Amino acid sequence: MRYLRRKALFYLVAVWAAVTLNFLIPRLIKGNPVDAVLAKTQNMTPMSPDARRALELQFGVTDDPLWQQYLGYLGNLLRGEFGLSVSYYPTPVSKVLSQSLPWTVVMVGVATVLSVLLGITLGMLAGWRRGTWLDALVPTTTFLAAIPYFWLALVLLYLLGGILGWFPLNSGYSYETTIGFNWPFLRSAIYHAVLPAASIVLASVAGWLLGMRNMMVSTMAEDYVLTAEAKGLRPRRIMIQYAARNAVLPSVAGFAITLGFVVSGSIATEIVFSYPGVGMTLVAAVANADYPLLQGIFLVISLAVLGANFVVDLLYAVIDPRTRQAG
Amino acid sequence: MATIETQRDVTGEVVPGVVVPTRRPRWRGLLRSRKLAAGLAIVGFFALVAVLGPLLVDDPNQVSDDRLLAPSAEHLLGTTTTGQDVFRQLVAATRGSMLVGLVVGLLATVVSVLVGVLGGYAGGHTDESLSLVSNVFLVLPGLPLVVLITDYVQTRGALAIALIVSFTAWAGSARVLRAQTLSLRSRDYVDAARVSGEPGWRIVTFEILPNLLPLIAAQFVFAVIGGILTEAALAFLGLGGAGSWGTMLYFAQNSQALSQGAWWWFVPPGLCIALVGAGLALINFSLDELINPRLRVPRRPRRTGPA
Repeated sequence: MRYLRRKALFYLVAVWAAVTLNFLIPRLIKGNPVDAVLAKTQNMTPMSPDARRALELQFGVTDDPLWQQYLGYLGNLLRGEFGLSVSYYPTPVSKVLSQSLPWTVVMVGVATVLSVLLGITLGMLAGWRRGTWLDALVPTTTFLAAIPYFWLALVLLYLLGGILGWFPLNSGYSYETTIGFNWPFLRSAIYHAVLPAASIVLASVAGWLLGMRNMMVSTMAEDYVLTAEAKGLRPRRIMIQYAARNAVLPSVAGFAITLGFVVSGSIATEIVFSYPGVGMTLVAAVANADYPLLQGIFLVISLAVLGANFVVDLLYAVIDPRTRQAG
Repeated sequence: MATIETQRDVTGEVVPGVVVPTRRPRWRGLLRSRKLAAGLAIVGFFALVAVLGPLLVDDPNQVSDDRLLAPSAEHLLGTTTTGQDVFRQLVAATRGSMLVGLVVGLLATVVSVLVGVLGGYAGGHTDESLSLVSNVFLVLPGLPLVVLITDYVQTRGALAIALIVSFTAWAGSARVLRAQTLSLRSRDYVDAARVSGEPGWRIVTFEILPNLLPLIAAQFVFAVIGGILTEAALAFLGLGGAGSWGTMLYFAQNSQALSQGAWWWFVPPGLCIALVGAGLALINFSLDELINPRLRVPRRPRRTGPA
């Protein structure tokens, strides 16, 4: 229970930090969303103070002391109100987000799980058969790991989409279909997601492989593996149930931390494929000086990553009893 | 990447199963490593280009009427849509990317050593609060945060970008260094130094830091890779100002290089990033093997898996 309490407390602090950073950054540096809207709508005629005041109220710009603004901001967040988007004015930020979020969550989620499973399996085999051809693959994967996600996406798109014409060049679905739970749409969405997902898997699998392989090598020197061998157990059983089962623990813990990187990597990847997810929305928000949307996206990404981390931490306590005692 | 074994659970509790040799690092063995030689050669080459390159090629931004030409003897890597020479741009961009990588590496390493080693050695409330801060930074998604800050900050020089990237790049290393410092702190020789009345700063500088050196070097190399990659992503999103490989990719993407089939425009910058990254990773491999001798492939394999 102590472990659980510590974790919960930590994540509360982390959430508070994310929320507060999100509040402070624009106020410390610059930014009046009203000016942004006016610039965006090319409204050069001077605005009446009353009209301006009304707009400011809509965007929550006040001259209140900072702590009062902070409390108001927290209150809005609790009610799920992120304010109005500037570039999609007057659509609320939460609505813009709810349209782009599912694309990223599904595509990146599936790609991440695939790459973890693939990386851990290959890493296990590479560590087990150290010095064989499989192990010789490791330096090659280093090269893969050093490639920027989005560049790999560019090259894949050029080769498989452009030259061979196997995959669509952009977007997340065919515009002839209607978004919803129908087969033509789902089929086109899956078809469009294959290449972006493949580029994420290819670029991130190396890290998992390497970590698992190194851990496997360490674990195989443990006494209990030697004992298992001496007992004459089948090699396959030793590899999976004795060595890999213990070696996989850091990868499980690493999974949570890497999640943040995968989200980051997918932002640029989405640009390459014009994929209608959070990354595209983020870049569009930057280009249009849409600060409310920008902040909403950062907050949602942070909360998602924190939430996933929390779940993995809880799982970790179940898998590895030592964690529970250590706290 | 360097030490996944020491990167455990998020609150930085005592980490199970960390394998660390107590022997002194074998620097001499390191010099014989082929991986290290290859890595140093690659990184050294790009460093040289970064320093001397811009002096040797003509103005990379010079436009001409030779628009979007494929590679030829005249234009080694072809031209862009405005007739700029891709090879010249590639050479000039090397400086931006390498500079950001270097600065991020240095800054992130200094911060992580300060936070990790001091926290790990001091213990108590200092340690608690320092590791809380680094753990929070570790779980906040880096690139979105960097995008957010970069967009608010108006200056876009290479140094400003490097500073912002470093802001989110130090936490992982700090955790690794803290875990290792914790393990070193309870060694007999440190106890002996403490009992004999050595002051704390002396123990940290002369007893603990030298033993952390390979690990710090590995973390530095790791931070350089991270810096180059993050800068490339930022520049690709249009938020860079360093004139780097990422900037080239940004312009290539925005000029539809892909659909026009101009592979010579977007392939070389990415390849350079991957090459530098692979070179640095090779260096890290040899450092890893230095830190954890079990990772070395033995000359006569002690055990073989099922054939």
